[in-house]
Amino acid sequence: MSELLQQVINGISLGSIYALIALGYTMVYGVLRFINFAHGDVFMVGAFVGYYAAPRITPLVGGSLLIAGPVTLLLSMLVCSALGVTIEKLAYRPLRPRPKLTILITAIGISLFLEFGGQLVFGPDPKSFPTLLPSTVLINTPNLVLRSTPVIVIGTALGLMLLLRFIVLKTKMGTAMRAVSYNQSAASLMGINIDTVISFTFVLGSSLAAAAGILYGSLYPSINPLMGVFPGLKAFIAAVLGGIGNIPGAALGGFIIGLIETFVTGYLSPTYRDAIAFGILILILLFKPSGILGRAEAEKV
Amino acid sequence: MLQKSAVNPFSSAVRACLGSHPLVAIWGILLLAGCGGGGGDSAIPIGEYSSLTGTAATFGTSTHKGATLVMEETNGSGGVLGKQIKLLTEDTQSKPEEAATVVTKLITRDGVKAIVGEVASGRTLAAAPICQSNGVPMITPSSTNPKVTQVGDYIFRVCFTDDFQGDVIARFVHNTLNLKRAALLKDVKNEYSVGLGKYFAQSFRQMGGEIVVEQAYSEGDNDFKAQLTAIKAANPEIIVVPGYYNEAALIVKQGRELNITVPFMGGDGWDSAKLLEIGGTAMEGTYYANHYSTTDPRQVVQNFVKKFHEKYNETPDAIAALSYDAVRILMDAMRRAGSTDGPKLRDAIAATKGFDGVTGTITIDANRNASKSAVILAIKDGKLTLRETIRP
Repeated sequence: MSELLQQVINGISLGSIYALIALGYTMVYGVLRFINFAHGDVFMVGAFVGYYAAPRITPLVGGSLLIAGPVTLLLSMLVCSALGVTIEKLAYRPLRPRPKLTILITAIGISLFLEFGGQLVFGPDPKSFPTLLPSTVLINTPNLVLRSTPVIVIGTALGLMLLLRFIVLKTKMGTAMRAVSYNQSAASLMGINIDTVISFTFVLGSSLAAAAGILYGSLYPSINPLMGVFPGLKAFIAAVLGGIGNIPGAALGGFIIGLIETFVTGYLSPTYRDAIAFGILILILLFKPSGILGRAEAEKV
Repeated sequence: MLQKSAVNPFSSAVRACLGSHPLVAIWGILLLAGCGGGGGDSAIPIGEYSSLTGTAATFGTSTHKGATLVMEETNGSGGVLGKQIKLLTEDTQSKPEEAATVVTKLITRDGVKAIVGEVASGRTLAAAPICQSNGVPMITPSSTNPKVTQVGDYIFRVCFTDDFQGDVIARFVHNTLNLKRAALLKDVKNEYSVGLGKYFAQSFRQMGGEIVVEQAYSEGDNDFKAQLTAIKAANPEIIVVPGYYNEAALIVKQGRELNITVPFMGGDGWDSAKLLEIGGTAMEGTYYANHYSTTDPRQVVQNFVKKFHEKYNETPDAIAALSYDAVRILMDAMRRAGSTDGPKLRDAIAATKGFDGVTGTITIDANRNASKSAVILAIKDGKLTLRETIRP
């Protein structure tokens, strides 16, 4: 068990990425009451924006990762925000009065469109993700090697989550988001522009997915157009585990799934890893459909 | 019923062309144009099926490039048996069911005399029974699973098999590197990886080596730190990863991040320019078994590398070299047989002996497998170098 601490770090860095993606699922569910299955593919696009942008940005700033990293991250978040808003405007908004199933099927269609459109545009072969985060050794003992990459990944993810919490709890737009999630028609009667709030939700969710894409590419530097499928599903499970619609729940769920996966792979067998992840989903749906943090939480979005 | 009444007026013509099976007749009526066209053309049609799109697109593209090069060379120097060669290529989209469909099409519609393909054993196994039952000789350039050539006496291969490759890796680790404690990390979703891992472990144990830990992953995984942490705790002297290049590069990279300093080793699945692109400097001091080395000074190798580079402006990988050899052996067999008749062509391919191929001196053995040497490549200063040639 000497490598336990190492496995915990492996699990938390994977979990922080799941958490970022899960936040997007949970926020969209909060305001629209449907699962945006194209979310995992927005994450993929985020990674590809980084792949194309980083080699062009890095020389402009004199090869400094300290500047190139955040600039690439911001650019990717901007591009994916635009993508998320566009998807919502073109595909989901016209269907909003229709049954929820219609919009759900459309989301699956958008997901397939992004995956296979991505194969056409980016090519089906795996691409090597450029180095954006420094990889120096911080701790080096026989049982534990800690490098700067996972530390920066976990730090960035936590920072973004705190920023999201601030936006949702302390800003006017965040208050409007919470209002819409409680009661859409009442919120609109109070003068809240529902369309703007929903667009804003997609901006937040998609930019977090983009950030997750960049961090994922930095941890596991091989990206391809189908890379969003499994992380997307795992993040969805994380969102359900934490309590769908609940922001702290999504973050918590992400870390739990990341840790469970790492421990199952490290101590049991990776063959069982996905089975256990989906088994958890079935168990939650059977015994506590509202998730760990349930509906009691006040800042449900 | 509607379909049947439509077929009847043409049925005698179709039967004359395609044989008397009713399903074939209906198939033929839909494709009558292809059947009529074949008779007037004097070129010898050769079929090729490969994964030009889909998950294994890079492999299929390489195969196609190698085969096209031979066709151009052959036609440029007067063809075979006084005729030109026509290469008909079909895409399997990296799917076994598609492989079966396109091979049926090549045989029944295009009337090909021989077939070359595929890379993946799974797809080759889907198509081989069709070639066998139609009496059309098939040569697979790079399917290494032993089952492939057991389908029947019309199925051949020009690459070595996984049991030989596993043995080669074991011999190199045990005898050349003199390491006795190996860890094995294999892809449980991939038959090639499971098979190669098994054959390596068998040979390595027989030589007195020890597999100290066995871990697994699944094709498409990106995170291997959990497995590598467990492997590191077992303290092996070498880590053998019998998988494909994408995962292998990530595994080595993450292993180095965890300060694993022992060498990694793989098989021919590692052979791709992407390996060094993704793995970068982490790949230093790793090894893999392969079919050929571009630095091999033999004339046939250097000619091939030069011609390939002139035409495609890239260095050929092993898959392209094997495809090149497969089609050349086929041309050679046609010349020796003096005919493109199925049974005669089969006998000529089976009699191939000491053929000077890019991927070694090839002799087809009694089980229709290629008996030939393998090479061990080492990655040093960001380049592939020939470390050792291991004979059967």
